[in-house]
Amino acid sequence: METRTGRNPKDLAFERASALFAFAVLALTVLLFAVLLRESLPALRTFGARFLVSGTWDPVMEKFGALPFIYGTLVSSFLAILIAVPLSVGAAIFINEFAPAWLKNPVSFLAELLAAIPSVIYGLWGIFVMVPMLRDYLMKPLAKYLGFIPLFKGPVYGPSVLAAGWLLSIMIVPFILSVSREVLATVPQRQKEAVLSLGGTRWEMIRIVIGQHCIPGIFGATVLGLGRALGETMAVTMVIGNRPEVFLSLFQQGYTMAAVIANEFAEAGGLQLSSLILIGLLLFLVTLVVNLAAKWMLKKMVARASRGI
Amino acid sequence: MKRRFGALTAVLAAIVLSFAVASPATAADPLMINGAGATFPYPLYSKWFFEYSNANPGVKFNYQSIGSGGGIRQITAGTVDFGATDAPMTEEEMKKLPGAILHIPTAIGAVVVVYNLDGVESGLKLTPDILAGIFLGKITRWNDPKIAELNKTVTLPNADIVVAHRSDGSGTTDIFTNYLATVNTEWRAKIGHGKSVNWPVGIGGKGNEGVAGVVKQTPGAVGYVELAYAKQNKMKSASLRNKEGNFVAPTLEATSAAAAGVAKTMPDDFRVSLVDPPGKDSWPIAGLTWILVYKEQKDTARGKALVQFLKWAVKDGQKMEAALDYAALPKPVAEKVDRALRQITSGGKSLY
Repeated sequence: METRTGRNPKDLAFERASALFAFAVLALTVLLFAVLLRESLPALRTFGARFLVSGTWDPVMEKFGALPFIYGTLVSSFLAILIAVPLSVGAAIFINEFAPAWLKNPVSFLAELLAAIPSVIYGLWGIFVMVPMLRDYLMKPLAKYLGFIPLFKGPVYGPSVLAAGWLLSIMIVPFILSVSREVLATVPQRQKEAVLSLGGTRWEMIRIVIGQHCIPGIFGATVLGLGRALGETMAVTMVIGNRPEVFLSLFQQGYTMAAVIANEFAEAGGLQLSSLILIGLLLFLVTLVVNLAAKWMLKKMVARASRGI
Repeated sequence: MKRRFGALTAVLAAIVLSFAVASPATAADPLMINGAGATFPYPLYSKWFFEYSNANPGVKFNYQSIGSGGGIRQITAGTVDFGATDAPMTEEEMKKLPGAILHIPTAIGAVVVVYNLDGVESGLKLTPDILAGIFLGKITRWNDPKIAELNKTVTLPNADIVVAHRSDGSGTTDIFTNYLATVNTEWRAKIGHGKSVNWPVGIGGKGNEGVAGVVKQTPGAVGYVELAYAKQNKMKSASLRNKEGNFVAPTLEATSAAAAGVAKTMPDDFRVSLVDPPGKDSWPIAGLTWILVYKEQKDTARGKALVQFLKWAVKDGQKMEAALDYAALPKPVAEKVDRALRQITSGGKSLY
C-alpha cells in the first residue's frame, strides 16, 4: 500500500476515504443480517427447522411455516426467466444485427423505458388488463386442451402463479435486454466477418459467435433479471392470488416471500411479526444462494468459453 | 482545498444559524397535534383536521395513516398525541401502556359483501350460514339450492363461486371474520377471527382496491370491502339477514342503526363489537373506529387542544360523516362519548 500511494497525503486521504465507503457497505450488510436474525429469534425458537417445511400460515392459531412462500417465490421467478430470456435475447439480436437504423433507437429506447415504470403501475395494469387477457386467451384454452397435464389443470380464475411469472417476465426484459445487447456488441467485427467470408449464413454467424462468445454474458444478464424477480413485491402480490399453498398447476394461486411481508407486516405483532422477519431472513439467504450458485456457474462457463477459443 | 473547506464551514454555519433563528419563531407557530393509526377513517379525519384548523388557526394536525397496529404501537411508545384504531386494544396490549387510555369512538364503518354476477343486480339475499358456507368453501356454486331458495325471483347462473378476501392485515378483515365467527360455530372453531386469518378458500387481494379488482375482473367472484368503497365504485352488494330475521341492504342508516342497537348496552370504555347487533334495521357487519387518548395528559396546552377538538368531532364533526360515506354515531352514543371526555385530565384537572 505504501508503495502505491507513496507519501502523498492527498492520495492517502483519498484511499482511506474510499476504503471507509467500501467497509460501510460491508457493515450495512452484516448489520442487516444481524438485526434480521435477532428479531426472528422468537420464531426460530418456536418452530425451528419445521418453519422451512411447514405449509401452514395461521395468524389466529399462531402457527407459521415458510414452505409455500419459498416455493412460490422460486417458481414464479424461474417462470419469469423462462419467458423473459428468449424474448430479450431474441430482441437483442434483432436490434444489434438486423434492425434498420431508423428502428434501432426507438425499439431499444422503448424497451429500456419499461424499466422506469413503477411496479405498482405494473400491478394495477396486471389486475385490470393482463390477467383478464391471459385468462381468456391463454389459460382457458390451455386448461381445456392440455388440462390433463397437472401443470395446466383448471379451474381458471385469473390471478395465479402463471400471471405473476408473466408479469415479472415483462418487468425483467429491459434488464436482460440491455445487458445482452452490450454483450453482443463486444463480439469483434472481424470474427463475424470471418464466419461470413467462409460462406456462413447470418444465422450460422450468430449461432457460432453467440455460442463462442456470449453465453456467459447472457447468463450474467439472466442472473441480474432473476435477482430482480426474486425481490419484486407490489406487482406480484396484485396478481398472484396470495394463497399460502404449495401448488402443482400454474393456474392455481400462490404466494411469495416478499409479498407476505408487504401484506402482513403493518398489522402484525408478536410471533407473527417474528415469523415475517424470519421470512425476510430466508429471502436474504435464498437470494444469496442463488447469486453464489450463479457466480460459480458463470466462472465455469467463462473458463469453458476461453478454452474454446 | 483550504478554500473549499472554508466554503463548507460557511454553509454549515449558515445551516446552524438558520436553526437558531428558526427555533424562537416556532413558539408563535400553531400547536401541532400528532396522531397515527387506522387508514379506514383517514379521509374523515383529514376533513375534520382541515375544517377544525380553519375555524381554530391556533391548532394544526399531523396524522400518519399507518394502520391500526402501528397506531397502537406509537401511542404505547408515546411518540404521538393520539392513536387511531379499527379494533379495540386487547387486554394484553393495554398492559404494555404506561398509563390509562380512553377509546373515543368517532365513526362507524360497515363491511359489505360484493359480487360480480352477470344479470344479477344488487340485493341478492344471503343468510349468515350461507355466507359462512361460501367463505368456508362448502357452497361452491351460485345456483346452490340454499341460495336459490332465498332468491326465487333471481336467475342464478350455474357458475363457480370465486371467493376474494384481503391479503393484507386489516381492520376490515377483523370485523368481517369476527362477524362470521359470531354467527357460525364452524367458522369460530376452524378459523377464528383477526386482522389476517388462514382462509380456507379464495384469492387474496391487497387492500380494498385489490379485492375490488379481483371481484370486478372475475365473473362469479364474491368478496368483502368497506361500505364507502363499495358505494364509490358502484359495486353490487348483497342483502344480509340480521339478528332479528330481516334482510337489510348495506346503507349508512342501517350502519348507524347497528350502533343504536347496542347504545343501551354500550360499556363505559366503549370497547364494543357491533357485529350481529340487535335492531330490526341494523346492518350486521359493522364496527366502531376509535381515537386513543391517554387519560392523563402530560402537556396541558396540547391536552386541552386535543380535548376541545374531540368535543367538536363528536358533535359538529358528525355532520360531515355522511358526505364522506361514514355512518355517524347515534345521538345517545355521541352524548355518552362527550361525557367521557371529561375524564381527560392534566395534573389532576379536567381539560373538558
